Amino acid sequence: MPGLLGKKLGMTSVYTEDGKLVPVTVVEAGPCQVVNLRTKEKDGYEAVVLGFGSRKAKRTPKPVKAYFEKNKLELARKIKEFKNFDVSELKIGDVVKVDIFAEGDKVKVSGISKGKGFQGVMKRHGFGGVGGTTHGQGDRLRAPGSIGQSSYPSRVFKGTRMAGRTGGVRVTTKNLKVVKVIPEKNVMLIKGAVPGAVNSIIEINK
Amino acid sequence: MDKLREFVEDQIRTDLPKFKAGDKIKVYVRVIEGNKERIQSFEGNVISIRGGGMSKTFTVRKVSNGVGVERIFPYNSPKIQKIEVLREGKVRRAKLYYLRNLSGKAARIKDKNLR
Repeated sequence: MPGLLGKKLGMTSVYTEDGKLVPVTVVEAGPCQVVNLRTKEKDGYEAVVLGFGSRKAKRTPKPVKAYFEKNKLELARKIKEFKNFDVSELKIGDVVKVDIFAEGDKVKVSGISKGKGFQGVMKRHGFGGVGGTTHGQGDRLRAPGSIGQSSYPSRVFKGTRMAGRTGGVRVTTKNLKVVKVIPEKNVMLIKGAVPGAVNSIIEINK
Repeated sequence: MDKLREFVEDQIRTDLPKFKAGDKIKVYVRVIEGNKERIQSFEGNVISIRGGGMSKTFTVRKVSNGVGVERIFPYNSPKIQKIEVLREGKVRRAKLYYLRNLSGKAARIKDKNLR
């Protein structure tokens, strides 16, 4: 299914027609320029390269700038490939808008989650912590517990979940419902939360 | 952020009259029973208005058959058909939770327009 690039504007809530209050994320989705096309003959697969946002010419690397100028495109903040578009109907320079989405669609949204710094195992991996403060556990409420055994294996297994840098990675949330699409403002409302900070760029896939 | 604010402002209801804590109001609520819709009214004193934007709510308190009844309404809900302000009250605070501990004559609110 096709997708778009967008900017997270923030969260609010809206009322449905039957008077229910629904939490929504407001996303400025598109308009996205078609920057390039991937075709079966040339690349072995079909996809559309979309660009979103604006970028200053002086902050753009020269090869990128040259490509955009050659194709008479506006410089984009973010470029990303999307599959499942009907490639034969699009050409470079076309604009894709929010109207590819409709109310009630299920979408998949990806973004870079908010960075949370060095965090313990409870926040990072959802550990339960130590049950209480008795039996000599007074100062270990949020500790990870045992990370291995003694004579065998005498080491800590690779991949054991421990404290560390949390957030700031690509996160995808699936099956989010599109509550409303407002094409004239290039805005769409997605039910619930979406990964990433306000003003960060997100990908929306149908 | 401004686009978000713009969007939120579009959603906020502007057709309701202004009222404050201490005012006596009548709220007309749409109720769906089975598949029929009818209007139910709730009359009482506003004892609190909290929140802003889309999450603004207000609490209306009345004493019904000697039992205090409070109902919290979301301000922007489409279920509110209309609001009538019956009397403006003269109160010194924004949250009138002290009324819960009072009853009878002590629980009255002075009229603002009386000298």
